[in-house]
Amino acid sequence: MSATTFSDAPQKNFAASRALGRRRRAMDAAVRWACIGATVIGLVFLASILATLLWRGLAALDWIVMTAEFQPTRYGDDTLPKGGLGHAILGTLIQTAIATAIGTPIGILVGTYLAEYARNSQLGQAVRFVSDVLLSAPSILIGLFIYQLVVLPMGGFSGIAGALALAIIVIPVVVRTTEDMLQLIPNTLREAVVALGAPKWKMITLVAWRAALSGIVTGILLAFARIAGETAPLLLTSFGNSVFSNDLGKAMASLPIAIYQQANSGFPDLIEIAWAGALIVTVGVLLINIAARVLLRKRK
Amino acid sequence: MSATEQQASAPAGFGGVQARSEAMINANSRISIRNLDFFYGPSLPKALKGINFEIPDRQVTGMIGPSGCGKSTLLRVLNRMYSLYPGQRAEGEVMMDGVNLVGPGVDINELRAKIGMVFQKPTPFPMTIYENIAFGVRLHEKLSKSEMDERVEWALTRAAIWPEVKDRLQTNAMGLSGGQQQRLCIARTIAVRPEVILFDEPTSALDLISTLKIEELIDELKRDFTIVIVTHNMQQAARCADQVAFFYLGELIEVSPAAQMFTAPRHPKTQEYITGRFG
Repeated sequence: MSATTFSDAPQKNFAASRALGRRRRAMDAAVRWACIGATVIGLVFLASILATLLWRGLAALDWIVMTAEFQPTRYGDDTLPKGGLGHAILGTLIQTAIATAIGTPIGILVGTYLAEYARNSQLGQAVRFVSDVLLSAPSILIGLFIYQLVVLPMGGFSGIAGALALAIIVIPVVVRTTEDMLQLIPNTLREAVVALGAPKWKMITLVAWRAALSGIVTGILLAFARIAGETAPLLLTSFGNSVFSNDLGKAMASLPIAIYQQANSGFPDLIEIAWAGALIVTVGVLLINIAARVLLRKRK
Repeated sequence: MSATEQQASAPAGFGGVQARSEAMINANSRISIRNLDFFYGPSLPKALKGINFEIPDRQVTGMIGPSGCGKSTLLRVLNRMYSLYPGQRAEGEVMMDGVNLVGPGVDINELRAKIGMVFQKPTPFPMTIYENIAFGVRLHEKLSKSEMDERVEWALTRAAIWPEVKDRLQTNAMGLSGGQQQRLCIARTIAVRPEVILFDEPTSALDLISTLKIEELIDELKRDFTIVIVTHNMQQAARCADQVAFFYLGELIEVSPAAQMFTAPRHPKTQEYITGRFG
């Protein structure tokens, strides 16, 4: 609280600066509570979705739902056989597995091209742009594309068409994570490898990929989680099926479509099964996301 | 030829003796640099301007100078590291065994097997200690398991790190300390059995104890390898080098035996730099 000793210095107005301080504290409190309020609103919606899902899903979830195939509504008659989503779980596993198997190697190679060969080239820029567009393209568009390219020539909906549509969704996700993870590798590591006399392809396959491995795997898991919940592209490709089928040449069931169909049916017992299906998808995606996060944390 | 045979058949180097005269240095030239120019890009000015000097066989050549003077650039010309980056270009001659290293038609991977490099920051590969050493060897030779074991032990021993890692060869190399990682990188370079080893400020990321270990190691290694070391540390150049080259603004100002450079530099710019008037 030492006063200035210069006589010509302007006098300090303590009342004004106290008022300024009050205004700043008020502003600080307002911004803080706005943030907290928005967070609470967001969390309330999220929590109520999750709570409803758990409430309705757990009530309907049992062994039959997990394993049986579709049955029509029982109209409240418990003597009729109860249906399930086993066929849809199988269909989703088959289609997502094939989609990941097709999309992952392509995505990794494209990402590697972008990060290791075309970092500053014009072609690289173009590929990166197209991949990013694909990443955010409406997924129904991809379904339409495969419908035109595969479903119409084949003369009908098929599991393989569904898998191809999902693979197209996988590719840009894997491209982006692969490129990002490879970009994180310091150039000194690359130089150290080639300084031993290693050709570039060995540098990439034996060292760069290994250094980026956990990140790339995380990307694959995230892509897998994303396609596990995709509905729109499957509507126009694998369409859905109500019986167990592993025939890739015919229409194939999937969880999101089965949920859509059964929730849409209007029968309370089928809607219950749809809730169970939603829970299965959500828990599955959640587990994959957790696995991805654990992997990524290990990396750091 | 096994590693030990090669050592036995090689003529004895100066082996820790510091060359004191230019005659001694020039009598044993290993690499001759003639009129070397270097460009980082087509529209960029020369980063090296008409460099001429000799790198003596199994001696330590130190390269000093302020930041941006071209010493690291020259080092990266010697093993063609610049070839990784499109647009970078060297003109002139770097003659080794009758071949112009910067000329066309040189097998770069073969060249890098002959001229190894150790970097400023330790760069262990994300694999086990054993695999770190074996990686480089496998690029150039097909060895049996026992031969490879032998080679790995030899390289780690020469790099003075064997006692510290012999019980943990199968653990990840990322777990080593900074100084250990740098000696591992030296071992990895030695394991390929190059003739020349380039050191790019190998101790600038290390503490004092690790630095002294690396310097001792360099002194030991010059029995068998021709060594070029870039350093910002003049004491280090004085301790390690037989011949010192001083660079400034892309030009080689002076190259002299270390003893002479630090006691009686010929060029006033050298005098100013080593006495700390700039840089």
